[in-house]
Amino acid sequence: MAIESDVLVVGGGLAGLTSALAAARAGADTRLVSYKQSTLRHASGLVDVLGYTPDGDGPLVDPFDAIPDLPESHPYRTVGVETVREALELFDDAAPHYRGSHTDANALLPTHGGTVKPTARYPAGASAGVASDDRDTLLVGFEAMPDFDAPQATAHLDAAGVPFGVRGATIRFPGDLRADAKITRYAKLLDTDGTVTVDGRDRPVREALAERVKAELDGEERVGFPAILGDDDAAGVRDALANDLGAAVFEVPMGPPSLPGLRLEDALFDALDDAGVSIETGNPVVDYDGDDRVEQVYVEKNGARIPNAAEQYVLATGGLVGKGVESDREGVYEPIFDCHVAHADDRYDWFADDVFGDHQFARFGVATDDSLRPEAADGSTEFENLRAAGSVLGGYDFAAEKSGGGVSIATGYAAGRRAAEETQ
Amino acid sequence: MSDSQNHQFDPAAPNTGEDFEPVDVFDDSDDFDLRPGADSCYKCSTCDTNCPVAEVDDDFPGPKFQGPEQWRLKRRDDDHSVDDSVMDCSNCMRCDNACPSGVELSQMHNTARGEYVSEEMSVFSVEYVRNRLLANYRTSAWLASKVPRLANAAANFGPARWLGEKLLGVTDEREFPDFATETFTEWWAAQGGAAGSKERAREARERRGEPVDADKQVAYFHGCYAEYNTPEVAKALVRVYEHFGYEIVVPEQGCSGTPMFANGMLDDARRDAEVNVSSFADLVDEGYDAIASCTSCSMAIRQEYPELFDIDGIDDVAANTFESVEYLRIHEDLEDELTDADVGDDLAAEFAYHAPCHARNQGLDRQAVELFGDLEGVGVEDVGDSCSGISGTYGWKAEKYETSMKIGDEMFDHMETADGETGMTECPTCAMQMEHGTGYDVRHPLELLEAAVVE
Repeated sequence: MAIESDVLVVGGGLAGLTSALAAARAGADTRLVSYKQSTLRHASGLVDVLGYTPDGDGPLVDPFDAIPDLPESHPYRTVGVETVREALELFDDAAPHYRGSHTDANALLPTHGGTVKPTARYPAGASAGVASDDRDTLLVGFEAMPDFDAPQATAHLDAAGVPFGVRGATIRFPGDLRADAKITRYAKLLDTDGTVTVDGRDRPVREALAERVKAELDGEERVGFPAILGDDDAAGVRDALANDLGAAVFEVPMGPPSLPGLRLEDALFDALDDAGVSIETGNPVVDYDGDDRVEQVYVEKNGARIPNAAEQYVLATGGLVGKGVESDREGVYEPIFDCHVAHADDRYDWFADDVFGDHQFARFGVATDDSLRPEAADGSTEFENLRAAGSVLGGYDFAAEKSGGGVSIATGYAAGRRAAEETQ
Repeated sequence: MSDSQNHQFDPAAPNTGEDFEPVDVFDDSDDFDLRPGADSCYKCSTCDTNCPVAEVDDDFPGPKFQGPEQWRLKRRDDDHSVDDSVMDCSNCMRCDNACPSGVELSQMHNTARGEYVSEEMSVFSVEYVRNRLLANYRTSAWLASKVPRLANAAANFGPARWLGEKLLGVTDEREFPDFATETFTEWWAAQGGAAGSKERAREARERRGEPVDADKQVAYFHGCYAEYNTPEVAKALVRVYEHFGYEIVVPEQGCSGTPMFANGMLDDARRDAEVNVSSFADLVDEGYDAIASCTSCSMAIRQEYPELFDIDGIDDVAANTFESVEYLRIHEDLEDELTDADVGDDLAAEFAYHAPCHARNQGLDRQAVELFGDLEGVGVEDVGDSCSGISGTYGWKAEKYETSMKIGDEMFDHMETADGETGMTECPTCAMQMEHGTGYDVRHPLELLEAAVVE
């Protein structure tokens, strides 16, 4: 026997989670399996739809406007602009702490490097930091956290011509945490308003932090911190600091590991729980049975192969970084179902010499029919009950376009919903 | 023709002619080669966000340091010894489930801890003696089981606990678990052992309309705790499996090694692993699958054994070992069986369920909640993904007790706010911590499964 469901989603990133949620809400008995815990903690927490065209034009004001002009092979063209909107509605419902749904226009958010990024959805904690807001800003970094250099980010923002005054200050985090303290250590301390020792006195950490920042404040109306302000009670931490400082408080999204990513993961897992999705993480899917249809897949646990069977499958295993697409000297391939991945024979053609050049590898992935089913080299359907979603799809360069989150949500939603429809 | 073919470069063939003499870049030794793991780490630090110790302890540098960074340092400089902070790692192994690059973090930690204990720790130190005693819990438990009532009274005799803390560094904050007056294997022998099980399983198969000669044979690894302290869990397993028509054997076995790995006592762990592998390998050869009711025992056999030891048959045993409920979920239609089931007595209750860390890497952290989700008259509520904090012997150490309770705080809070006032978990030491922090009675999912499906 196998562990059974109507729809089986393989992959625990944004595409997989959205796909499972869409399938379950459409009434299918849904199961999600993921090699490791969700990769969302690698994500900044910003959810882009489209920031730049494939030709590099941008930043785009309205990403939805630009979708019909994308190349036909782009996943957004496969699902269509209306599906992108429906998918974002599902996301907005599942992640209520996100902002940006009030407009089609991109928001401009400062990053930890001090660049300004066009994005469609952003966490409430980042909203006071939008670059279109003209309130003067103080950025605060911590000595022991070199990932966010506030004065440098400030210089970058200045150079980008932001419409507000910005200053950067680096302070010591109260309590002198060890030099490589984890982001979870900061978050836990702030969540619980734990006690720190400052100048020999024990004090609650939120108050102590606000006091140090206050000394740097020079009339700015908002203060930006690296995204470490709490995990379970992030809103409470921000409110407490804002109250003490008499200024709005926001978080600047950071690289991995990322608390905004972790919080998004929590919100989506709660939504999956409410929708009754069965979830298993920790072991990879390695193989399948079937010919024209996938009959069952195998989850491997230390040599034991556990069969999982479903009527419909969604492949959401990620791209080259997520190992949903693999490459070696011989070629590029999709490792579970061996779906066709188009690539040049000569591996020296896979990349451009210029670091920021037009790399073929950035668009490696499976090509699909209108229903997101992967196609073989001759254009035939690989499996009638397998759909693909997220960065395992080819035909787009999410890093250059700033479209990663949006494509994952849109194709995840479309694949999950179609899979559920097929089971009824 | 493409350029790469013009290059005519075959990476598998040496292209330096016959005089070529390969150079050993890395010394040829029997030591663990952890370079592949250290190289695969790209320092994303995701493992660090999973570490329950680093979240509360300002002195602990976290799993990325204990694993890949430490091994890189050691490769650079032969004089570099393993940092003593490795003893603050609780071996919860949550970092394994985090790594997107497949780095065997817990294997590195186990190896580093083993090296630290054998090279840096004096065998005459109180810490060593205390850790060795804790790691070899089975030995003390075996002794205590000979005189269970006396042992129960003595272990929790106030002055004795005080002395335990003063002399050995075993915290006097905790109460020792009770020893059962009849061990599981004593009970098992009284039930007729394997022969009795075969008979009962055959009857069950007949009743269920399954072929009498069906291939349903399992070898049970009960571990120390179900043997000496909670035989009701092992008995529940026997009754549930026999209900489904499985013939059970209970082969000779030692400790799984879990507490020994966690204390860096790799020689002790190997000694018991050899006993376990040799007795289970023969059975696996005959077509038996191995099952365990404790998620740390199944974790040790499935993952730590093949990672750390080279014993004949070890890979086969690892590949054929399962957690007991997982095994039924794969081979039986449990959902169907539970649809019409109802549960009487004290188990018709709301449970506050905690998933043990060692269940996570086996993909079992949501199993109980999902399995019992639709069971009539029963509610199983997940109390969140935090660690219980006790991590086997860790929370028993006087100097670790405070950290252990700080980690446990989140779970205690969630248990208090959950509907149920009975706890549930697969792990015996998580159960100790749950009881210690909340005063709740704690049950094993197998006990609930027994109440639901066995008449």
